[in-house]
Amino acid sequence: MHDPAWIEAALTAARPQAVSALLRYFRDLDLAEEAFQDACLRALRTWPEKGPPRDPAAWLIFVGRNAAIDRTRRAARQQPLPDEEALSDLEDAEAAAAERLDTAHFRDDILRLLFVCCHPDLPVTQQVALALRIVCGVPTERIARAFLVTPAAMEQRITRAKGRVVRAGVPFEAPDAAERAARLQSVAAMLYLLFNEGYSAGPAEADRGALAAEAIRLARLLLRLFPAEPEVMGLTALMLLQASRTAARFDGDGTIVLLDDQDRGRWDRGMIAEGLVLVDKALRHRRPGPYQVQAAIAALHARAARPADTDWQQIEVLYRLLEQLQPSPVVTLNRAVAVSKTEGPATALSLVEPLADRLGGYFHFHGLRGALLLQLGRRDEARTAFGRAIALASTAAEAAHIRRHLDSLEQGTAV
Amino acid sequence: MQYAILCYHAEEVVGAWTKEEDEAVMDRLAVVQTRLAQAGKLGPVARLMPTTTATTLRKHQEPPLVIDGPFAETKEQLLGFYIVDCDSLDEAIRISRDLAAANPGGAYEIRPVALLRPDPREPHNPDA
Repeated sequence: MHDPAWIEAALTAARPQAVSALLRYFRDLDLAEEAFQDACLRALRTWPEKGPPRDPAAWLIFVGRNAAIDRTRRAARQQPLPDEEALSDLEDAEAAAAERLDTAHFRDDILRLLFVCCHPDLPVTQQVALALRIVCGVPTERIARAFLVTPAAMEQRITRAKGRVVRAGVPFEAPDAAERAARLQSVAAMLYLLFNEGYSAGPAEADRGALAAEAIRLARLLLRLFPAEPEVMGLTALMLLQASRTAARFDGDGTIVLLDDQDRGRWDRGMIAEGLVLVDKALRHRRPGPYQVQAAIAALHARAARPADTDWQQIEVLYRLLEQLQPSPVVTLNRAVAVSKTEGPATALSLVEPLADRLGGYFHFHGLRGALLLQLGRRDEARTAFGRAIALASTAAEAAHIRRHLDSLEQGTAV
Repeated sequence: MQYAILCYHAEEVVGAWTKEEDEAVMDRLAVVQTRLAQAGKLGPVARLMPTTTATTLRKHQEPPLVIDGPFAETKEQLLGFYIVDCDSLDEAIRISRDLAAANPGGAYEIRPVALLRPDPREPHNPDA
């Protein structure tokens, strides 16, 4: 079967392993990318006719490495390597040799490639853009559309980010266990940022929305490499459980629909099932971490057939655990939502008020505060809080949601 | 004779399909399945979750060891299976070809079934 879409998918799937192995050979990001690009061009020429090789990644590594060496030799006016025809006749034996060479390394190779994208000197947006470009191979124009900048600006951003990474020095020595754990943690954080870029996109922003799927693909890849890491299971589960709600999160006008109001029939059951399985697997390890706890919270929402069935008691317990693992005012704010369900708006408000110093510039703080005040019948204060929220809304959907609260206040009815 | 058609595919490739491509493949497979079902030749059909969801019980020690991940690290993974009722191996191969045409890449292993209990809740009676 020589379907062009299949070849495209095979190249995309092989990319992280191939580019990261080439990076190890050449110790140069640009050279590795060029070599992979060369290998892809050769693949597009030969695979449709001959069929794809048994192991596309090994083929691409082998051909890419030779192409790059060939190019260097040509530049040095030395004897070239066998020409392209000979290369494309790559025997299985050679592929097998390349494969043996690489499977031993590919776990650390791919982790290294992901890790160089999350260098602490890089701003978050650059980390994500770099990972999309280098690891996923998303064309610069598409990344630019996703981040609402011009392709030229995105090109410049990626080039700058690469420069920074190269100057900082890519760590080529094999990591020890502690270093590997630290890298995993950085990579997990970057993947979750990537996911949230996609997840926060409205229905009209297909390019940005597609980033969530890329993040899930990379999380599954990371989990294949580290199958016994409960936090990687938690991260993957968290993404799947959140993404399962994508179709229900916005109404026909593009207005955000809150969890309680979502049509749960439109949640993606396949993603939920996979997410729940991964939460189960992770909990067996009894090594809780922030992603697992967040995934467990998402799982409780996913398990509730109706909003009224939600186990808020358990969610409150989990947020309390998350506060210990990862103290943050935003986590406390989320716990306050659970508390408002279990103990009522007054107790919840007493949790929310002390956060004003740190969350005064945060949309959701004023949104929740407004909703709690409204429930307590403190309408004027609620109106002021909603006014602050609307001024801080970063998307039209967020603003529209608060507008509904304000309108209902004006009409004297509760939402 | 009943055959299991075991579907092997590189799951990172299947995972790189867009939602639309995945749905298109499933639609094309559904056409083949409907035809087989109408001919009374189709038994249980399963698509398995990614191998990242798998857990393996290794019995080489006592007590057996529970390991995260699939049993075998292979280039292509077992992603699903069909049970079909065929008159001959040739027919099972023909069916596999139809499935292959609907689903690019990967491989099918055609394995005759020695024992199948579609509903184990029914009492087992080997003499029946």
